Amino acid sequence: MRGVTLAVLLLLGPMPWRDAAAAEPASPQVIVLASTTSVENSGLLAKILPLFIQKTGIEVRVIAQGTGQALATAARGDADLVLVHDPEAEDQFIAEGHASQRRQIAWNDFIIVGPKTDPAHVAGGRDAVAALTALAAARASFISRGDKSGTDALEKRLWRKAGIDPVARGGGAWYRDIGGGMGAALNAASGMAAYTLSDRGTWLSFNNKGPLVVVVEGDPALLNRYDVILLNPAKHPYAKHAAARELADWLTSPEGQAAIGTYMIAGEPLFHPSAASPK
Amino acid sequence: MDTFHKDDLLDIIGLSLGVSLSATFLAALIGLPLGGVLAVYDFRGRRAVTILLNGLLGLPPVVVGLALYLLLSRSGPLGWLGLLFTPGGMILAQATLATPIIGALAHRAMQGPWREYGDALRVDGASRPRVIRMLLVIARPPVLTAVLAGFGRTISEVGAILIVGGNIAGYTRTMTTTIVLETSKGNLPVAIGLGLVLIGLSIAVSATGFLIGERGEE
Repeated sequence: MRGVTLAVLLLLGPMPWRDAAAAEPASPQVIVLASTTSVENSGLLAKILPLFIQKTGIEVRVIAQGTGQALATAARGDADLVLVHDPEAEDQFIAEGHASQRRQIAWNDFIIVGPKTDPAHVAGGRDAVAALTALAAARASFISRGDKSGTDALEKRLWRKAGIDPVARGGGAWYRDIGGGMGAALNAASGMAAYTLSDRGTWLSFNNKGPLVVVVEGDPALLNRYDVILLNPAKHPYAKHAAARELADWLTSPEGQAAIGTYMIAGEPLFHPSAASPK
Repeated sequence: MDTFHKDDLLDIIGLSLGVSLSATFLAALIGLPLGGVLAVYDFRGRRAVTILLNGLLGLPPVVVGLALYLLLSRSGPLGWLGLLFTPGGMILAQATLATPIIGALAHRAMQGPWREYGDALRVDGASRPRVIRMLLVIARPPVLTAVLAGFGRTISEVGAILIVGGNIAGYTRTMTTTIVLETSKGNLPVAIGLGLVLIGLSIAVSATGFLIGERGEE
C-alpha cells in the first residue's frame, strides 16, 4: 500500500495542480485572452506577447477560437478580454452589455483564394461580390467555414450582397460547409482544388497551399479589422480588469503597435497597426 | 520545425504524459474498486450499473469535454474551482473517459477468479473489501490490461482536452492538440512527425506497464 501512496505522490507531485490554484482570481498576474485563430495561428501573438510579459510580468494565456466562440467564451466569464474581428458580432456583444471598451488595434484584408487553373475565371478581380456570383454560376467548388467565425460572418454577408443563397443553389454539390477553422478550410480547399475566403494573415503563414493562389483581393468590402474588447466589470466581476486593461493599453501603445507592424512573413507584413487611425 | 523548438516539444511531451498518467491513475483509483464491487457484491441494481458501465465504454470525448466545459465555466456550477483552461480540468476530463473502461474491464477480469476462488476466500473469513484486493492481485494481468486500455484512451484523446484545456501554448498544449494545431496551419510534415512521436510514447508506456506486470507474475 505504501508503494501506491508513493506512486500517487510521484504522479501528482510534479503536476500542475498548484498552477491551477495559481490561476485563481486572487492572482492578477495571469490573464486569459480569447482570441481568433487568425491572430494566434499566424504567429503574431507568439511574437509580440513576450514583449508585453517582459515589460509587465503579466502572463497571457491565449485561447484561439473563431470570433463567435471567443465572444461566447468571454460572455460566460471564462476570459478576461477578447481580440476578435467581426464588427457585427462585436456590436451585439456590446449591446448585450458584456463590454466596457472596444479599440481597434490593426487591420489587414480578406482574400479569395482558389486553384491556379481557375475554373470560374475570377482571377485578377477586385470585386468580391462579382467573384462569388461567378463562382455560383460556374458551380465551382467553394469551401465555407460554417463556424460563425469572423471570416464566416463576412462570407455570409458577401453572399447576401450578391443576392445568392448558395445552399439553395445546389448546396453540398459545390458549396461545401466544412464547419471548421481557417486552417481546416484551407486544407480542404487545397485538397479539393476549391475556392475559399481567407484572412491574409492565416493565408501567408499557411504551409499547405498546394494548388491555391490568391485570386481576388483589394475590394474595400474585404477589409478585416481586429478589435480588442475589455469586459464590463458589472457583468463580469471575476475578470481581471486591471491586468486586461494593461494588455489593451499596451496593444494600442506606440510600442505594441510597432511590434504588430513589424511582424512579417516572407517580407510581407501580416497586420497593419491602426490604433491611432482606426479604419 | 519552424514553429517550435526542442524545449517546447519536451514541455508538450511532459504535459501529455503528466495529464494522461494522472488521469489514468485517478480513473484506476475509482474504476478498479468499482469493478471489484460489481464482481463481488450482490446488490439490487448491480446488473443495471454493470450495463451502464459497459455502455459508457463508448463515451464520446467531445461530449465529455463540452459537459465539463459547462460545469467548469465561470458561469457554471463548478466555476469557483478555477479549473477551466487548466491541466487540472484536462485530467478531470480524461479521468471521466477512462473510468468506465478501467471499471468495466476490471470487472470482467475479476469475475472469473471470484467464481473460482470466491467461496474458498470467503470460507477463510476474508471480508469482501479484502477479497477485492486479493482478486486484483490474482487477476493482475487482465487488470493491468484494463489500466493500460484506460491510458490508451487518455493519451490518444483530443476532443475533450481541446475544449476543456483550450490548447494554450506552454500551459495546456499537449501532443494531440499540437497535432491538430499544426495540421490547421498546414504544417503537415510536422504534424505527422509529432504523431509518430506520440505513437512511440504510447507504445513505450504501455509496453513498460506490460513488462512490469509480467515480471510481477514470476
